[in-house]
Amino acid sequence: MMPAAKLDAVSLRYGSTIALDNVSMEIPAGCIAGLIGPDGVGKSSVLSLIAGARRIQSGRVEVLGGDMASVRYRTELCPRVAYMPQGLGRNLYPDLSVTENIAFFSRLFGQTSAERIWRTAELLDATGLTPFADRPAKKLSGGMRQKLGLCCALIHDPDLLILDEPTTGVDPLSRRQFWVLIDVMRARRPGMSVVVATAYMEEAEQFGWLIAMNAGRVLATGSPSQLKASGHTPTVEEAFIAVMPEALRHGHVALVVPPRVVVDGLPVIVARNLTVRFGDFTAVDDVSFTIQRGEIFGFLGSNGCGKTTTMKVLTGLLPATIGEVLLFGNPVDVDDMATRARVGYMSQSFSLYTELTVQQNLDLHAHLFHLPAGPAKLRIDGLVTRFGLSGYLDQRALDLPLGIRQRLSLAVAIVHSPEILILDEPTSGVDPLERDRFWSLLIDLSRNQGVTIFVSTHFMNEAARCDRISLMDSGRVLATNTPAGLVASRGAKSLEDAFIGYLEETIQARAAKSPAAPMVHPALVAIAPPGRHAPFSLRRLGAYAIRESLELLRDPIRLGFGLFGTAFLMVVFGFGVSADVNNLSFAVLDRDQSTASRAYLGEMRGSTYFLEKPAIESYADRDLRLQSGSVSAAIEIPPGFGRDIKHGRPAFVLATIDGAMPFRAQTIRGYLMGIQTLYLGDPAVTTTQPAVSPPANVVIRYKYNQDFDSIYAMVPTNICMMLAVFPGILMALAVVREKELGSITNLYVTPVTRLEFLIGKQIPYVAMAMANFAILLVMALFLFHVPLKGSFLTLVLGALLYVLATTAYGMLISSFTKTQIAALFGTAILTVLPATQFSGMLSPVSSLTGVAKYIGLAFPMSYFVPISVGTFTKGLGFSDLALDVVELAIFAPLFIGLSAALLSKQER
Amino acid sequence: MLKQALRSASTIFWLGTKELRSFTHDTVLIVLVIYSFSLAVISQAQSNSQELNKASIAVADEDNSPLSRRITGAFLAPLFLPPQPLAVADIVPAMNAGKYTFVVDIPPHFERDVLSGLSPSIQINVDATAMIQAGLGSGYAGQIINTEIADYVSHRQDVPVSPVNLIVRIAFNPNATTAWFVSVMGIINNVTMLAIIMSGAAVIREREHGTMDHLLAMPLSPFQIVMSKIWANGLIITLAVAFSLYIVVRGILAVPITGSIPLFMIGVVIYLFFATSIGIFLGTVANSMPQLGLLFMLVFLPMNMLSGSNTPLESMPVWLADIMELSPSTHFVSFAQSILYRGAGFGVVWLEFLAVGVVASMFLLLALWRFRSVAAQSN
Repeated sequence: MMPAAKLDAVSLRYGSTIALDNVSMEIPAGCIAGLIGPDGVGKSSVLSLIAGARRIQSGRVEVLGGDMASVRYRTELCPRVAYMPQGLGRNLYPDLSVTENIAFFSRLFGQTSAERIWRTAELLDATGLTPFADRPAKKLSGGMRQKLGLCCALIHDPDLLILDEPTTGVDPLSRRQFWVLIDVMRARRPGMSVVVATAYMEEAEQFGWLIAMNAGRVLATGSPSQLKASGHTPTVEEAFIAVMPEALRHGHVALVVPPRVVVDGLPVIVARNLTVRFGDFTAVDDVSFTIQRGEIFGFLGSNGCGKTTTMKVLTGLLPATIGEVLLFGNPVDVDDMATRARVGYMSQSFSLYTELTVQQNLDLHAHLFHLPAGPAKLRIDGLVTRFGLSGYLDQRALDLPLGIRQRLSLAVAIVHSPEILILDEPTSGVDPLERDRFWSLLIDLSRNQGVTIFVSTHFMNEAARCDRISLMDSGRVLATNTPAGLVASRGAKSLEDAFIGYLEETIQARAAKSPAAPMVHPALVAIAPPGRHAPFSLRRLGAYAIRESLELLRDPIRLGFGLFGTAFLMVVFGFGVSADVNNLSFAVLDRDQSTASRAYLGEMRGSTYFLEKPAIESYADRDLRLQSGSVSAAIEIPPGFGRDIKHGRPAFVLATIDGAMPFRAQTIRGYLMGIQTLYLGDPAVTTTQPAVSPPANVVIRYKYNQDFDSIYAMVPTNICMMLAVFPGILMALAVVREKELGSITNLYVTPVTRLEFLIGKQIPYVAMAMANFAILLVMALFLFHVPLKGSFLTLVLGALLYVLATTAYGMLISSFTKTQIAALFGTAILTVLPATQFSGMLSPVSSLTGVAKYIGLAFPMSYFVPISVGTFTKGLGFSDLALDVVELAIFAPLFIGLSAALLSKQER
Repeated sequence: MLKQALRSASTIFWLGTKELRSFTHDTVLIVLVIYSFSLAVISQAQSNSQELNKASIAVADEDNSPLSRRITGAFLAPLFLPPQPLAVADIVPAMNAGKYTFVVDIPPHFERDVLSGLSPSIQINVDATAMIQAGLGSGYAGQIINTEIADYVSHRQDVPVSPVNLIVRIAFNPNATTAWFVSVMGIINNVTMLAIIMSGAAVIREREHGTMDHLLAMPLSPFQIVMSKIWANGLIITLAVAFSLYIVVRGILAVPITGSIPLFMIGVVIYLFFATSIGIFLGTVANSMPQLGLLFMLVFLPMNMLSGSNTPLESMPVWLADIMELSPSTHFVSFAQSILYRGAGFGVVWLEFLAVGVVASMFLLLALWRFRSVAAQSN
């Protein structure tokens, strides 16, 4: 029988990290094949190569008999493979409902709506999700989210199902149900192969074939019974440890927890009726517990059951809504620094500074806890030795293996010798050997140093090592006891069975109140194979357009900012940004004080451009006032001004203008010259000279804007600027979000093409930008009373082409940025400067010089400004602006084409 | 009391060194800062966007006399592009297409009428939608034409001397070179932009990476955390401004700065106190990086465009000018102009320093107030 997948001498590197080191393996078809091993050993890399999500660097990968290096084969294969990446619902869309998520994937595979409806109904029924069909994915529990992921993966009846850690962080009952569901699906399509990666060794016991991996290499392959037999071990977990390299196993002994010596005294941690609500969501519901000195107390439960929230209340990070928490007998107080110095906290996500080295991290925390230099050095040296960190001191935390990082986190959390240690899932993703080592450190702290430890976990064997545990589900504590006591009280075989027993009990209690959700039922019919594959499909494009629109409509903040943020800025800029120069302040130093000097100044005082300030007293006063900017121009009339005029000698007036803002200074000079001319032509001004008419009159005609009022130019250009900045940023973020949050995988592994993906995502933002344009247009007409004198249709056509271009510009920026922050600031910086300075907002592009001119010419706004200003203020029609429209039309296809070329259909 | 203050100062110092280390590892941010204070400043300074430069002009010469040709020849680079001949009938279509900002129309028999004292009219058509060019250029064009005619006529007859003459001197920048202005204003806009982005993003990043929880669970107060971000990010930008002023503006762009750069740098430090505080405040208001970005645009664009660094403050409506008086960016622009161009001393600008400091303290208090309530909530 042909293998489901075959890897031959495959190697993979991420930068300098080797993820896969010359790996060869054959994965048999028609069964569940499991990749086992801790995090970061290359399991996910193998799966993403098989799914075609990642580019092959070296070696050969065959899936279902074809070569994955061939683009054509991958395209053919897409409809036959389904891939569920790691992370709860990572390829799902949290704002979309269950049905909408499924519909999205259905459209990607080109299904008609009739087919979609019956397939969706069938899958929802099979997974028991029918009652939750309209619930957004983000409000599903971890277990339900994984079921939805499975529905989305199975919508097109794949021959090969690839699941990357589908049950990590899911409660044990949901985990068990998930595997039942997989068995049902396999019974329905016997030919279907399933490849799974998992970190739970107990799950691996049930698989048909196992591949044990460590450090980018295959350690062993075979059926579970073969593996156990070759290592003479009773469980797969122990078999796995047995095949680990000798160097890593060195010194490993089965961990023994010495019994706790009970000391009497005040309980160290007490929680009474603790309840925490966020809005109408209850995260922690009436939780109480008492923990003694030196005890290891465990919280066991799935993701989102309230473990983290409880811990945040204990550390004073969150206030309790109801109830109270006592540490060392005192209520938790946010400002009580002395108590906080006695507590060590290790939060769930790795919370050290990844860009600092091991030594720097330790030193920083010693400083922050104000340990004196000498003892601090001793303490750090001691921790480094005991935690085995000496080989890593100068490495950045970012480059450390996960296990070492967790040891460092623990070392940092206890650098100040706390009496209480609060640890939130400290061993997630760490391999079994390293987990044992970590726990031996914890046990040492508890038993030998009397440290009270409060720890949460979703590993059963870790929970079994605690002195007492609380089982948690949906914010409630189901039971608290010693591990042995819990097993005994339910009469169960193991702790896991006991937990499942408690979970089923609560579900039944809940079900008694509401109608029961149907359980899995196997009555499913076989389905016809998928249809052919079209090179361009409007349905797939529509899938992205519909999905993006739904998400946008459900994000009131993005929508609100996008539509009304621009309106706000339009008001501010419409009134505030102006090239008019008026209300200029001037002051006079009249050293003549004659009728003639007052007549001259009268001309200035009559001007609407100028406002007079109190008279200048001296030269020093003049200089000071110019320096401080309190006057823009100082006019000096020297003594003898009137006498000179009277005697027919040329008289002089001296004007000093503040040159700090050159544009304003030049305009003031122009105004003063104009006033001078008016004065000379004024028949009321009596001089000894007869008035002569000038040789010629220069008549200046301001076209399009007789009053030369800048609002008629500024409002149309402001519209251009708004439509450049906001749609571009939103579009760039929309693409990069998929990269950062992981749903970009759907581009890699489904038949959707790059153009369908990009254009599909662009459509909603173009629509939004056009709505934005409509709002701005209405504001221009009715708030600013800037009439539209020219062709309305040309303006609308230009606006459409323009927003197509600006959204495509954002798209282009997104193609070479990886994180949202880079996309955001990249777009902001690459848009604001060209838009405000180089695109004709203040001066025409043709009169710019240097780099600025080329930036201006390459920016679409330079071509829309003439259209906007032309139709609004110049009263132009299509024929006048045809050239600009055509030039503007070139941008969108050019940018989209470039973006598609730069976007990869596989992860590199 | 003193001991506590010293402990607090040491905490703030060590937390700040962590910020500095993070910055040196963020290549994107470093590139961004370097670009903003070098290339962005240079390209703005050399763009001539705020002066009359290479304005497009055409002449419809219906006279075709020595005088009309003389006028045509007087429009010179760099103020004007070489004037293009144009038929009268083409004036309107050419201006509609935006080909020329200025079209001079010299009527038939212009020279004859001038010489016979008839005072004929000569028309300059100005495209009034190109605001800066139109305003400055029409003045220049009028002067050029008047001078040429006066010159031409004075060779032929006696022209009376004007009884009153206006002598205009532009203080601080005699040639009204815009690069002087634009380069420093570019730096100022970048200070605002980067200070808000860097301090705001520093808060959001700690929240998204969960390190904020870690900090708050330690015996550290919000005040210490906030102050460490302020001094570290402030220091980076202060150094960048000093580099930009000495190397880029004074060195590469050869702008003569008359005032005291150290005094200006004191002002920069006070202003950064404000800008980083508002960045931190926004970092506590926004829930995610995209929201921070949108908020940033709404705050930064008005602060930048209306501060007087782009267009004159006097032309705003009074209510808006009053509001902008509250914005430290307005004072920053104002004291920067006073110190750097007009050579003002501390005695002139202290009030504006004080105004910036007061608003900064208010935002710091606001940020502290928001800090604890929000920091722990999201992951």
